[in-house]
Amino acid sequence: MDRRQFVSGAALGAAALATPSLLRAQSAPIKIGEINSYTSQPAFLKPYRQGWELALEQVNAAGGVLGRKVETLFRDDAGKPEDSVRLAGELINAEKVDLLSGGFLSNVGLAIADYALQNKRLYVASEPLSDAIVWAKGNRYTFRLRPSTYMQAAMLVEEAAKLPAKKWAVVAPNYEYGQSAVKWFKELLKKAKPDVEFVAEQFPALGRIDAGATVQALEAAKPDAIFNVTFAADLSNFVRQGNTRGLFEGRTVVSMLTGEPEYLDPLGAETPVGWIVTGYPHADIQTPDHVKFRDAYKAKYNDYPRLGSVVGFDTMNAIATGIAKAGTTENEKLIDALKGLKFTSAFGPVEFRASDHQSTLGAYVGKTAIKDGKGVMVDWRYADGAKYLPSDAEVKTLRPAG
Amino acid sequence: MIDLIFAQTLNGLASASSLFLVACGLSIIFGVTRIVNFAHGSFYMLGAYLAFTLVTRFGPADVFGFWGGVLVAALIVAALGAIVEIVILRRIYQAPELFQLLATFGLVLMVQDIALGIWGPEDKLGPRAPGFKSFVVLMGSRFPTYELFLIVVGPIMLGLLWFLFQKTRWGTLVRAATQDREMVGALGVNQRLLFTSVFAFGAGLAALGGALQLPREAVNLHMDLSMISEAFVVVVVGGLGSVTGAYLAAVLIGIIHAFGILVFPKITLVLVFLVMAVVLVIKPYGLMGERPVGSAHAHGPVEPLLLPASFNIKLIGLAALAVLLLAPFVVADHWLLTLTELSIFALFAASLHFMMGPGGMASFGHAAYFGLGAYGAALAVKWLGMPMLPALAFAPFLAGIAGFVFGWFCVRLSGVYLAMLTLAFAQIAWATAFQWVDVTGGDNGILGIWPAPWASSKLVYYYLALAICVAAILALRVVIFAPFGYALRAGRDSPLRAEAIGLPVMRIQWIAFIIAAFAAGIAGALFAFFKGSVFPTYMAIPRSVDGLLMVLLGGVQTVSGPIVGAFAFMGLQEQLVKATMYWRFVLGASIVLLVILFPRGLVGTALAFAERRREAEPAPPVTAAPELAR
Repeated sequence: MDRRQFVSGAALGAAALATPSLLRAQSAPIKIGEINSYTSQPAFLKPYRQGWELALEQVNAAGGVLGRKVETLFRDDAGKPEDSVRLAGELINAEKVDLLSGGFLSNVGLAIADYALQNKRLYVASEPLSDAIVWAKGNRYTFRLRPSTYMQAAMLVEEAAKLPAKKWAVVAPNYEYGQSAVKWFKELLKKAKPDVEFVAEQFPALGRIDAGATVQALEAAKPDAIFNVTFAADLSNFVRQGNTRGLFEGRTVVSMLTGEPEYLDPLGAETPVGWIVTGYPHADIQTPDHVKFRDAYKAKYNDYPRLGSVVGFDTMNAIATGIAKAGTTENEKLIDALKGLKFTSAFGPVEFRASDHQSTLGAYVGKTAIKDGKGVMVDWRYADGAKYLPSDAEVKTLRPAG
Repeated sequence: MIDLIFAQTLNGLASASSLFLVACGLSIIFGVTRIVNFAHGSFYMLGAYLAFTLVTRFGPADVFGFWGGVLVAALIVAALGAIVEIVILRRIYQAPELFQLLATFGLVLMVQDIALGIWGPEDKLGPRAPGFKSFVVLMGSRFPTYELFLIVVGPIMLGLLWFLFQKTRWGTLVRAATQDREMVGALGVNQRLLFTSVFAFGAGLAALGGALQLPREAVNLHMDLSMISEAFVVVVVGGLGSVTGAYLAAVLIGIIHAFGILVFPKITLVLVFLVMAVVLVIKPYGLMGERPVGSAHAHGPVEPLLLPASFNIKLIGLAALAVLLLAPFVVADHWLLTLTELSIFALFAASLHFMMGPGGMASFGHAAYFGLGAYGAALAVKWLGMPMLPALAFAPFLAGIAGFVFGWFCVRLSGVYLAMLTLAFAQIAWATAFQWVDVTGGDNGILGIWPAPWASSKLVYYYLALAICVAAILALRVVIFAPFGYALRAGRDSPLRAEAIGLPVMRIQWIAFIIAAFAAGIAGALFAFFKGSVFPTYMAIPRSVDGLLMVLLGGVQTVSGPIVGAFAFMGLQEQLVKATMYWRFVLGASIVLLVILFPRGLVGTALAFAERRREAEPAPPVTAAPELAR
């Protein structure tokens, strides 16, 4: 990663942009078509775009890739898969982009992935969590960066299995992500600890939780522990009602994504203490790669990075590294280069597995706590994604496309 | 068990209160101004955001700081409501029925971007209310005191509103206007002032509902749309214009929610719509509503007569078709994608117009048939292994069958009740697609529905889609000007007289409903192969709203309006999305502007203008009959 050392954090900005190396990049720029639900999911995607633009700036300041400048065309799918397909067509046919990236919602990601397969274009899915995107519906043209529903559930099961709890209740938003998370959690936990039982399930509609009634229904089942998959406003409402009604007292809660600043920060002083969560303790990670990223991000935006920033930053860098390795933007060769590609993320070195095109980017697993009236993660560790993925042999059965 | 029932009853009552305030405002506004106010959810959201800001500023721990902030937020939004009424809505009361819905939808889009700009993307979890921060123990379980407070607020507000409407002059006028607007105006009441004050009052109630949610819900950018559909349900279930009905309905919905999740945890998606469908089938005017007195078309211009196209109009139509046919030789390749999509939407809009215009049956759930057509195609490919053409032929029948079943219930109602029942059915269809994962793939949809190899090029598929859409639109047009179409319009304009001359009005409307559903299914099937995948979003509320916007923007009282509306609205949206990240604001503002400039829709206004010019000229020859409404 010479490029990253070359651009040390604070030296970014206007000065870097004016370096002659840019002017020498005379051939046409490499174009990336980036499709995301910018207007419907701004809490995650504003930081995402900022992280992306930071990486883009660094790449270009270092002379671009293959001596060519990199350009990104951002498009908003407004959370509708059919719109994302239209935008993909527009980007490829009208703007002649070299590859596609993005996707926040799983169905948007799946729609673009299928379009990529049909049109033989590379698509680097950044955020969609659905397992289908690399397994059941996986295809040659699609790679995915973020740790999937399965991986995050597996990380939490590892912790959950250590608990004495026998009777579990689950609460999850009623759509694919919530259903899959519950399915994997149950399956993996039963495998690790056959004597657990699941005594209650709540599936509130996404964004419409009736928090009081949901909390009451869970309380009535008297579980020992709770597995939570709700996030964003649903999570805030659930936590407030749960705190007042004492649902969490004497119970351990294991919770997907709750440690991500996007969802933890709004909770503020209301943050429940001692939940076991996956997330991103941005202030405390002191690895060199992360410090460099965080300093550069703070210098550029005067704000701390969210998990979205990391995903945007890493996706952009992964693509740039891949193109550099392939030595071309010709998609078939680029895909061969991406298989097994090793690149440096803000969390350290990761790779795109050749077997299922899933990156080994991990997540941080820890406990929630309150510090100065704000929610933080403590006792955390980095869970390397590679350890929570099925083996290549198992992938063969999960992924018909091979 | 008994303690759980008790607790869930209280939970249901608590969540009913805010819902009641919002729905009650919506109901009053509709009763007096006949505006279906889509922006009501936006007022609710603005109330919550403003309350968050003000309470934080005034000091959340202080009693006056908190409640003062809540009240001031409601007052500010009421003032905003007054401004909206004066600046925008007042100009378009004379437009065709439902047209004002367009303007309010423009506002929804604008407010979404404004809220994002002012308050940022992060959710805001508000402070707890002073004095109501803790809980009491009731029958062994802890119950938040703030929820108890909300339970009390509902009936108190109901009492206050009852007093306001029964015992004050203003309230009496509002009730009178709800019954018969023209008469109130004729009696010398200042209608302008009445309308403005009613709109402001309704907006203020919505904002109060939002502000009161502050201690129990995180304020977020999705509040507007998640509230608006539920509020509509409450209004309709309660009976339009009935405050008591709104309260009963809100309590009903709240309680059913609280118990529903105990029995069927996954049913929350659709529960309220199921309730609405059942209520409307049993009581067509809601729990406390009454059959409206007087004509349903109490205001707006008289529906102009639809006439077959004149020679000139036919020429224009042919020229437009020629342009579309020749386009592939002129424009760049990628424009074909846009044109294919627009052609499909034109058919979708035309099918909605068929039941809305000549049929007089506005549908808020037309996307159901579009989506069922798409699912029909996808299921035929996935489960029956059909090739493209048979799948395209099969798919519309799924939509048609749904139209057959849903239509039977819907044609028994009229006006907004009918529209809401179509919405309920659409939501039930949507929830089925969403929930029946084994067959439909749930929200991950069905992938890999691509055209047959011979049709997979952009050019061939464009011509295929264009040919089918043009044929279907022309067929709809032929039906409109066939005896059946005249009978349909007779049933719309005067059901009594139509019945008297022996026309079975309800059956005619039912057939029209099925035809419209079938045509929308054709569009949906083409759309499925065009996109290569189907998702529940194809039949979600936003798609239905898109259809309404296209029809209204083009001009509901014209035959070619929906086609122009489809090209104008979807074309504008597609271009704006590319141009700016603030496309929602720009699109919303454009809609509001277009609504004010073209109060009868694009085509409607153009035709009215042409008509006025002709009338200004000296006596036209008899053969050139009035060229209204094509």
